[in-house]
Amino acid sequence: MDYLTLIQLLDSTVRLATPLLLACLAGLFSERAGIFDIGLEGKMLAAAFFSAALAAITGNVWLGLLAGIGASLALSALHGVASITFRGNQLISGVAINFLAAGMTVLIAQDWFQQGGRTPSLMAGGRFEGITLPGAEAIADVPFFGPLYAELISGHSILVYMALAAVPLTWWLLYRTRFGLRLRAVGENPASVDTAGISVVGLRYAAVAICGVLCGIAGAYLSTALQAGFVKDMSAGRGFIALAALIFAKWRPWYALWATLLFGLFGALETRPDVIEAVIGMRVQGQLLGALPYVMTVIILAGFVGKAVPPRAGGEPYIKER
Amino acid sequence: MTGDTTLERQATAAPDVPAIELKGISKAFGPVQANKDISIRVMPGTIHGIIGENGAGKSTLMSILYGFYKADKGEIWINGSRTEIPDSQAAIAAGIGMVFQHFKLVENFTVLENIILGAEDGRLLKPSLAKARRTLLELAEDYGLNVDPDALVQDIGVGMQQRVEILKALYRQADILILDEPTGVLTPAEADQLFRILGRLRSEGKTIILITHKLREIMETTDTVSVMRRGEMTATVRTQDTSPQELAELMVGRKVLLRVDKTPADPGEVVLDIKGLKVIDDKGVERLRGIDLQVRAGEVLGIAGVAGNGQSELLEVLGGYEDGTGEVRLNGQLLDLTGRHSDGQSRRARGIAHVPEDRQREGLIMEYQAWENTAFGYHHDPEYRAGVLMNNAAIRSDTAEKMERFDVRPPNPKLAAKNFSGGNQQKIVLAREIERNPDLLLIGQPTRGVDIGAIEFIHQQIVALRDQGKAILLVSVELEEILALSDRIAVMFDGRVMGERMPDQTDEKELGLLMAGITDTNAPHSVEEIERNLAHAPGDASKEV
Repeated sequence: MDYLTLIQLLDSTVRLATPLLLACLAGLFSERAGIFDIGLEGKMLAAAFFSAALAAITGNVWLGLLAGIGASLALSALHGVASITFRGNQLISGVAINFLAAGMTVLIAQDWFQQGGRTPSLMAGGRFEGITLPGAEAIADVPFFGPLYAELISGHSILVYMALAAVPLTWWLLYRTRFGLRLRAVGENPASVDTAGISVVGLRYAAVAICGVLCGIAGAYLSTALQAGFVKDMSAGRGFIALAALIFAKWRPWYALWATLLFGLFGALETRPDVIEAVIGMRVQGQLLGALPYVMTVIILAGFVGKAVPPRAGGEPYIKER
Repeated sequence: MTGDTTLERQATAAPDVPAIELKGISKAFGPVQANKDISIRVMPGTIHGIIGENGAGKSTLMSILYGFYKADKGEIWINGSRTEIPDSQAAIAAGIGMVFQHFKLVENFTVLENIILGAEDGRLLKPSLAKARRTLLELAEDYGLNVDPDALVQDIGVGMQQRVEILKALYRQADILILDEPTGVLTPAEADQLFRILGRLRSEGKTIILITHKLREIMETTDTVSVMRRGEMTATVRTQDTSPQELAELMVGRKVLLRVDKTPADPGEVVLDIKGLKVIDDKGVERLRGIDLQVRAGEVLGIAGVAGNGQSELLEVLGGYEDGTGEVRLNGQLLDLTGRHSDGQSRRARGIAHVPEDRQREGLIMEYQAWENTAFGYHHDPEYRAGVLMNNAAIRSDTAEKMERFDVRPPNPKLAAKNFSGGNQQKIVLAREIERNPDLLLIGQPTRGVDIGAIEFIHQQIVALRDQGKAILLVSVELEEILALSDRIAVMFDGRVMGERMPDQTDEKELGLLMAGITDTNAPHSVEEIERNLAHAPGDASKEV
């Protein structure tokens, strides 16, 4: 494998890891506040559709992004009402959101565009294009560092850089601010927050809303940056892989980055069987790589690689009692 | 505490103005009147006890004061001015701090983080944490409340966690501190330490409300005591003017026998014969190091000891859910201590009934109804069966009868176990085990968390069973209970029996020394050594929470 192939592979890793990272951080906010969210998948899918739809109709990708975030937030609100206000079962609510999104996106797509449940292909302006960072072209020919900068670091869409910036921002918010302290507390022991005179419900809604925004960006990235338009079920299980990454990352922001990059690498390898063949000398089924994130999560959960302790109050609706 | 708040308090609260005055507080939950027209005055700089049976409404009243519930009627006056307390925030602002029975701490946060949670100074943590660290040092100095600010709460002991709760309240500049059953999870040494801290707080001018159902704590620590019974405040008296007997009477509304009425035992054949019993736990620690005991028909053998010295393991191995080695005979027949014939089922078949120490975990399934709980372990009995199915109607009517006989309130077989009070839950377990006419009854902590009225009833049942000629092995950490019920007392320490005594030939002092691992043969020991022994005894507090 030559250097340029490696750079291409890593470049593809970053692009595939981005939606996983955004969704993983989304799940991190929600679960750290004690609300399990298996509806990441559905929220991404809904956001992917509405982003592509608005971008296709208006020709403005930023309006598309806003629509995607809006759609994801609406589903988050639904999850919040069901699991926070009405103290319902968070898993059931999440499953419902996944089904709802899977069905409704195709239905609305067919109604609006009559293209078999897709949106029209997005033209320039309706997509997030790669940004060429300053000086990328100038140094592209410099050996080693040139391709690294021009191909791997430069040339991604704005959303990729936003996702990467979200990691330190999340860390700072969680561990350096009052909001973060309270958010973590409400996921560990909501009674401690309640007796301190802070609203458990308010904090949890805030967390779920942040989750909605990040999921919305993740979904928008799928249909307006990674691809050019919405197709049925285009989230393709990424919401679940993001949950797996969240466990893998032990609910920590920096670990989430590494976990999603690793899972992104598996995704990149899946599309480049020739690379694997060149490196290990035998063919590996793509599906096997696709399953690897889940296999690794099972290994993590079984406690082979340190212990992953979820937030203690996760999944439990808070009922005030003495 | 900072100097200016102290000044403020003295300025606003003249000594004759109550720190807290409640006027005509009423609160109903559905048809249940939890608080009925309650009025109380708590003077500043005093420790005011509130005592009452479980379910008397003490905790409801304090929850109203802390803004957890809203009173249907009534007024709250703090330092002479009428105050509305719609939520905990308002209570904190009014200078009220509460230490709950079950701590409200975040386990994987540091002590410091727990203390500032909700009382941060700004959006960023760093300055808040720095300020809290300084304040904590001052508080530690002022009140002798030393804690390591950087320790994780999950790594510190229960007593220390309670200090963190107290510090939390003080950090919020609370002048009024409410403690709800604070000693329920503490060892005796930790409890003494807590009461020393409370004394210190009082001398610094804080007002303390102590909620408890333990008469001893009231008598030893409070200045004034209010008694609650069935949602009503029956009396408020100065502690020095009253006696435990009078308080007990006020609590239950009738005379209570603090001593158990019983005739001398008439022991018969040896029923249970234990020789060299050992138990090694999962971590490889020897919890029983060779126990020799005998229990005869018609006698109560009481096992005294500080919790965690092997009493639990003794009950568990005899009850059939812990493996052991050694020789245990029941009516002369060997019992299997390992293997498939050493489970609870086989033990019951051999005539051993077991009222476990932790009734909510081991004795009952809290979500299940009373009649279902009554059938557990006995569901294979012919009268409970209809072919391969269970004869639910028979179980239900049998349960109803048992509930009647054991005075379980309410006598409703279809009520879930969790909806009964502690005492009534215990009666359900007791009814299930005693009514099978066992040869041997194992009973652990029979009256833990049980109110006085039920304690009396349970003690009578145990004595009655003894008088029928049954053998009874009683484990209790309450020395008073051991002394009152036992015909013979064995004291356990560190997995061994330190000695046996007759209740009329010993006293709490001698038993206390034995419980600390001190016998006559190794007599000259210092007080420090006793305390060290006690401190090293692994407590079972975590089990109870």
